[in-house]
Amino acid sequence: MNDIFEGLTQAARLVVTLDADLAEITLRSLQVTVTATLIASAIGLPLGAWIAVNRFRLRRIVIVVLNALMGLPPVVVGLVVYVILSRSGPLGVLGLLFTPTAMIIAQVIIITPIIASISHQAIRELWADYHDLLISLHATRRQRIATLLWDGRRALMTASLAGFGRAIGEVGAIMIVGGNIDHATRVLTTAIALETGKGDFGLALALGFVLIALAIAVNLALHVLSGTERGSRW
Amino acid sequence: MVSPILPLTLENVELRRQGKRVLGPVSYTLDGEGITIVMGPNGAGKTSFLRCMHGLERLSRGRMQWQGDEDRIRARQAFVFQTPILMRRSVLDCIAYPLILDGLSRREARKAAEREAEIVGLKVTLNAPANVLSGGERQKLALARALIRAPEVLFLDEPCANLDLHSTAEIERVLAGARDRGTRIVMSTHNVGQARRLADDILFLSDGRLIETGSRDVFFAGPGTPEARAHINGDLLP
Repeated sequence: MNDIFEGLTQAARLVVTLDADLAEITLRSLQVTVTATLIASAIGLPLGAWIAVNRFRLRRIVIVVLNALMGLPPVVVGLVVYVILSRSGPLGVLGLLFTPTAMIIAQVIIITPIIASISHQAIRELWADYHDLLISLHATRRQRIATLLWDGRRALMTASLAGFGRAIGEVGAIMIVGGNIDHATRVLTTAIALETGKGDFGLALALGFVLIALAIAVNLALHVLSGTERGSRW
Repeated sequence: MVSPILPLTLENVELRRQGKRVLGPVSYTLDGEGITIVMGPNGAGKTSFLRCMHGLERLSRGRMQWQGDEDRIRARQAFVFQTPILMRRSVLDCIAYPLILDGLSRREARKAAEREAEIVGLKVTLNAPANVLSGGERQKLALARALIRAPEVLFLDEPCANLDLHSTAEIERVLAGARDRGTRIVMSTHNVGQARRLADDILFLSDGRLIETGSRDVFFAGPGTPEARAHINGDLLP
């Protein structure tokens, strides 16, 4: 209990005094996670919509695999990305290991199935509503997907936010491929792991509270900006 | 003027769902001008008949033939569903949507949508979300959206079901206007009075089969089948 109180106090102090280290790792956390979420959304949202709208062989298997990949173990992803980006790996020549880019790659792999799967569910329901209308209006396949993505944008934002939530709290994969290097690849989650290892629970908790506040703030900002839950709006 | 995509010919068209016959075999030719009213009891296959003609159903058997190429055929017809399908957009954007698909700019499409909303008598805040509309207003929205492309053939599946007399009268006024502008209308209804007011000719379906066709006057003067007679008289059938 004492640790939690101390953590809260320390978190408040770090925020109020605009601690430079805290600001740096917070910004890096945001930069890595927001970039990963944008890339994963660019892949996952159209992919989910495409699967919802099209009928093809192995469709059910693709959906099952996609759902299964939602539970992809981050440590395994981190390990695979590490092997690929390591000096002896197929992409070692790019020199990306222990950089924020490597962390972004790992996060994209982890959250793309989540975003694709949730968006598939949302678009499937919308497609059931719109199917007859879009067929009747002779919308092309591209127009159908664009319409579903636009009209389902609020549900899709939830999909992206789920991806963001998973990514910002991720530690296993980015610890492996980022290395938790101070002033280079340290982010909030890896800093928490480090401080916990050192036994500085107060600081670890403080960073944890900042992380939670950050996740809530981003969600809140997006909801306010997009006008969800406003009266009579979809 | 008769639409160049007509006549539409149906030859022994049959529709089955999960092995059960829901329509057919039906043979029919849609041609000429005016309003054709499709009548029949619940489950007679009215909706399936309209959906087949519009191309929303894959035929289980038989053949259907419009005139002209596929794109032209699809672009020149429209369908109003019994339960209006509302998009998650404003009223104006819902009406403008078909023109957006056609490649018009949003501004032009919305301008045309404003005119169409006025024609159908949609007196609501056009920038409001479509889901705030009442039943009658939703149906008018669906009608405006169907008419915005100035279709040559318009299918309507019981567009006035569950509407009050005032809304029904307004929709009938719009349909009469569309007919006068040359739109060929095929519409299903349970409302015998509405059929008398609007129809140029009548199709009567029972148990998925087209059992009677003819001009309005001939049909109402003396229906040739007991089913049609009972339907017109409002008799309760076992």
